[in-house]
Amino acid sequence: MFLAFVLYPVSYGLWLARDPASYARLFADPIFFRTVVNTVVFLLIAVNLKFLLALWLSGFFVHERLWIRWLSVIFIIPWAVPSIPTIFSIRFMFNPEWGVINSVIFRLTAHDGPNWLNDPRIGLGLAMLTHIWKSLPFWTLILIAGRLAIPREQYEAASVDGASAWQKFRFVTWPSLRTLYLTSTILSMIWTLGDFNSVYLLTGGGPADLTHVLATLGIRYIRLDQVDLAMATIVCAMPLVLPLMWFMMKNLSRGDRQ
Amino acid sequence: MRRLYKESVLLLLAIPILLWTLLPIYHIFLFSISSKDSAFSGALWPDKPTLRNFGTIVREEHFYLHHFWVQIWNSLWIAVAVGALTLATATCAAFAISRLKVRGGRTVMNLALFTYFIPAAFLAIPMYKAMGAYGLLNSRWSLVLAMVTLAAPYAIWVLKQASDKLPYELDEAARIDGATPLQLFRLVYLPLMTPSLVAIGTYALLLAWNEYLYAYLLLSHERTITLAVALGHFISADDSPWELLMATGLVYALPPAAIYYAFRRYMVGGLTAGAVKA
Repeated sequence: MFLAFVLYPVSYGLWLARDPASYARLFADPIFFRTVVNTVVFLLIAVNLKFLLALWLSGFFVHERLWIRWLSVIFIIPWAVPSIPTIFSIRFMFNPEWGVINSVIFRLTAHDGPNWLNDPRIGLGLAMLTHIWKSLPFWTLILIAGRLAIPREQYEAASVDGASAWQKFRFVTWPSLRTLYLTSTILSMIWTLGDFNSVYLLTGGGPADLTHVLATLGIRYIRLDQVDLAMATIVCAMPLVLPLMWFMMKNLSRGDRQ
Repeated sequence: MRRLYKESVLLLLAIPILLWTLLPIYHIFLFSISSKDSAFSGALWPDKPTLRNFGTIVREEHFYLHHFWVQIWNSLWIAVAVGALTLATATCAAFAISRLKVRGGRTVMNLALFTYFIPAAFLAIPMYKAMGAYGLLNSRWSLVLAMVTLAAPYAIWVLKQASDKLPYELDEAARIDGATPLQLFRLVYLPLMTPSLVAIGTYALLLAWNEYLYAYLLLSHERTITLAVALGHFISADDSPWELLMATGLVYALPPAAIYYAFRRYMVGGLTAGAVKA
């Protein structure tokens, strides 16, 4: 199974990518450099912003109130529903002519709103927001589970010693949560590299192919029937992926042995 | 006083969280009960809410919807097949690695994890070529096999973690009573693992139902594509019927959401346990 559907495709792919000429053509494509920059920006900003939010929100959701429990049930929706309808929905909300956002802006200010998805920078920013919207609930859930595993006595002891909320976070929560936070961030970075939907379904890589990330660029070459370029794109992503994968493998097999 | 202050801060935080979460969802709902004119006017509530969009879908009365029932059947068929196959593969693998301690189990485990960490969109391209080489393109099986490949590593990993927690004494007791590995599997292992199995089966099923990229690459004929791909086709034209797109999207999104919420207890417990341990 593994042999037929992982090893064979991967080695076949690498074999396709052996030709140095395809790298020359890839580097000559002006879109490629822009794509690499986009991917790095996407990874650094979207993932870190998402995790800061998740860390903060997990602190909100651990409060024991009935209504907060209900809110957390609603909060999970973006993760529980498929991405296609929701991303298309966001796409139309930001339609400059007919979208609901610009229509509200027009009603409030009597000015036309920005051109949202037709501006490469805003487009990429919105793709990041969409990505965060979609995957924030999952990571918040993970961090909530992490926070709930911290013994309550530690907080009580800290209160007795007169610790402020910030000190409790700094000296009780963060030391216990740090490992989980870091592994989750790395894992999320790997998955974000493979996030095709947030960019492709929102902007389609446009305008003028300026919002591609590596995941969508590879697929774009496939649609143009340039498989060697698609494979070369993936090989170029390896310097980003392999250290992250290596870190995760090391971490997990260590946890396995304990 | 201090307590009241804290409660009101919590409530104030709840409002942006709620808006942020629900706005795109509400927008889908709003479109699906609007006529085309009303949807494109940017109104926050339609003048005359209508269910006509759903009628159009059910009767397949639009160019993009001519094969709606076939496509939803494809989605269902593929999702169920992926769920069942993943479950079968992963349960056997986890049982062999964790309970029978088969030699080389650790290596298989590491290879599975390695696959799990390849970003899916990158594996898609060689997978597309390989399926072409196998002559499976445009067949439902290509998507089923591809999705099982994607879902199995995580499934094996979670199931192995769960079965490591079962007391080994149970196996020994059964062995002393003369149980064969097969009986051990059927009578001891499966009943104890039920909650994790439900979680993993649901996980694989939802993964397959929701998948867009692989379905889009591997299937192209309008009678073999899943509903997800069909939704993608909607925006290939400039004058897309967005109100129909959103109504179909709602129909498409409801079953997985319902399944997710029905099994939420299992999903959250079974799937986050592994992650937290890591």
